[in-house]
Amino acid sequence: MSVQKHLQTLEEESIYIIREVAAQFQKPVLLFSGGKDSITMAHLAKKAFYPAKIPFPFLHIDTGHNFPETIEFRDKLMDELGVELIVRYVQDSIDQNKVKEETGKYASRNSLQTVTLLDAIEELGYDACLGGARRDEEKSRAKERIFSVRDDFGQWDAKMQRPELFQILNGKINFGENVRAFPISNWTEEDVWNYIEREELELPSIYFAHERKMVKRDGSYLAHSSYLNLVESDEIVDKIVRFRTVGDMTCTAAVPSTADTIESVIRENKASKSSERGARIDDKRSESALELRKKGGYF
Amino acid sequence: MDLLRISTAGSVDDGKSTLIGRLLYDNNALTKEQEELIEKKTAEKGLQDLDFSVITDGLIAEREQGITIDVAHIYFSTQDRKFIIADSPGHVEYTRNMVTGASNAEASIILIDARKGLLEQSYRHYFISQLLRLHTVVFCVNKMDLVNYDEDVFLKIAAEVKQMTAQFEHSTPEIQIIPISSLKGDNVVFPSGETSWYQGPTLNEVLHEISSKKEDEKPFRFEVQNVLHVQNEEFVDFRGYAGKVASGSIKKGDEVVVLPSGNKSTVKEIRKYDRTFDEANAGESIVLSLNDDIDASRGTVFSLPDEAPSSDKTLDATLVWLNEQKGVFGGRYQLQASSRTVQAKLQQIHYVVPPEKPSLKVDASELKLNDISRVSFKLAQPLFVDAYANNKANGAFIVIDTQTNNTVAVGFVE
Ligand SMILES: Nc1nc2c(ncn2[C@@H]2O[C@H](COP(=O)(O)OP(=O)(O)OP(=O)(O)O)[C@@H](O)[C@H]2O)c(=O)[nH]1
Ligand SMILES: [Mg+2]
Repeated sequence: MSVQKHLQTLEEESIYIIREVAAQFQKPVLLFSGGKDSITMAHLAKKAFYPAKIPFPFLHIDTGHNFPETIEFRDKLMDELGVELIVRYVQDSIDQNKVKEETGKYASRNSLQTVTLLDAIEELGYDACLGGARRDEEKSRAKERIFSVRDDFGQWDAKMQRPELFQILNGKINFGENVRAFPISNWTEEDVWNYIEREELELPSIYFAHERKMVKRDGSYLAHSSYLNLVESDEIVDKIVRFRTVGDMTCTAAVPSTADTIESVIRENKASKSSERGARIDDKRSESALELRKKGGYF
Repeated sequence: MDLLRISTAGSVDDGKSTLIGRLLYDNNALTKEQEELIEKKTAEKGLQDLDFSVITDGLIAEREQGITIDVAHIYFSTQDRKFIIADSPGHVEYTRNMVTGASNAEASIILIDARKGLLEQSYRHYFISQLLRLHTVVFCVNKMDLVNYDEDVFLKIAAEVKQMTAQFEHSTPEIQIIPISSLKGDNVVFPSGETSWYQGPTLNEVLHEISSKKEDEKPFRFEVQNVLHVQNEEFVDFRGYAGKVASGSIKKGDEVVVLPSGNKSTVKEIRKYDRTFDEANAGESIVLSLNDDIDASRGTVFSLPDEAPSSDKTLDATLVWLNEQKGVFGGRYQLQASSRTVQAKLQQIHYVVPPEKPSLKVDASELKLNDISRVSFKLAQPLFVDAYANNKANGAFIVIDTQTNNTVAVGFVE
């Protein structure tokens, strides 16, 4: 089985899952962050229903600390796909005193997103959220089902997950519950990149090597921006970098790289022994950072 | 590069998670972050040997209790093959998660602690592998380092394994038994220097040799997930059925029968996105259009006219009960096979089978967690399934509790 055949198998499976979500739920939504996994998901959704339109809207939880390149890209893609994009702002949650802006060196809006997301789910009445999380990303993600049932506080109870057998997806839920559905669970980072190459998908420019003003901190490179609280030991440098994963500007580290094409990115990732999640400062807060955030309703 | 899906099984603490960590480590397949985590945890616990279980035991509760609770899906590849490994829990309470992991696997690795031999969970997990009709089961007699790599210990356990597998009518086509130490690395990726009496392959060799078997010719089964209506300049009055070919294949122009209505039509178009094809095969997600305007909606099944699936309203099945809440005789449930759901009544519990003795039939009036039983359901509508033994892709279903909406059992159609 060639790489192409493997990608094909993954695509068939993901399309099956996306179609199940559209059919089993009253009001699904696709969570769109603007990163490569979201872009892959958007493409799969387009393929799943063509020649019909994608039958659900997209939701972006905007931390306000985005890379400007990804927002530009997002709006262009939505136009092309002709889907409705709903945006909810973390800034609003802060203004409403629902969450407090973090302070200090590591201040980030990444975990504040959860409150904005849960409010959006409640306000708009979504019963299923499609997400682009993959099991290879992180050790608690590796434990996630394809259909993950959350209570009305969005909580993930890892010890009580429903059995999920074969490809039979049970989307039945009680009032107030909702499901997080992960169609690309079984894809690896390498698969996503190979698929992007195969399908000739466009990506925001930050995924490719470019010169940028960076802040060197604790051995990592963070994008320089007004959102980052600088401290004395931070060093500001111009550097040729690319991002392997794209989250909040304050907590996504870049890798020094000259890879400026899909091909060279694939080659470089393959040679590297690091995982993409290694670049997420928010996960490094503690060993269980992501699991704890998920328990609280995070994606 | 082909893909093999495997799952681990065996009793609690037999060393499954350690084995998967070792397999990745010796294949040089761990990321830098994973290697650092192993080193850090090993040092924290003051262990002599590397603690590999931290790679797969990703939950706080798992690390606290030192056991696996839920399946971890691990992705890795070597020069020749891609693997998806479902590292499953051994604890009896979490058997449902082991079944979850095994249901999508082509092969299972069952571990046995060399000091303990076969335990109840070893029997249960083999039974489940057997029910799933996995093509390959690899038994690893682990912790050989704790029995001085004694050949007699291995031979005794190997004999027990053979006795167990021989009890079944349809034995697993491919069985391997390997003496290993996950902790020390014997016969996992590298041949052991301590087991000169063992001439067989290492686990890694076995995993690379398993053929991801192509299924024999199966009858065509397609099920409608969504109906797509389109009316625009390019697509005038387009009506297509989005769904997956569960088994077999279909060609443009073939006559199909549509269930439950029994109406017939011919295939007008097989579409995937913006391309059309003359043929589609098992596993493909397609959009199918027919030449006649007939009634078909979500859950409708398409087959060839002369090989339609069973339309019985009684369903005989083997069940594995997966919930603390007991299954009751006369209870009402929903059964789901792929995307089809029907109301059903548990009409008869014929018997329960103890995993250690599959030929025994024990009377039962209720189904407890982990019980393996033979039952009959009465269905409100036919489910259009095949016997699991004949067609895996259309022979399994789940049982859903109508009050909690939980998946409480898995069924294999007899
Ligand atoms: N001496 C020795 N100890 C081992 C070996 N394999 C595993 N162990 C130890 O056995 C204990 C249990 O190992 P795990 O890998 O967590 O066992 P498991 O089968 O995954 O357990 P569950 O998933 O909870 O069912 C740990 O303390 C391991 O270090 C081995 O080959 N030799
Ligand atoms: Mg384990």
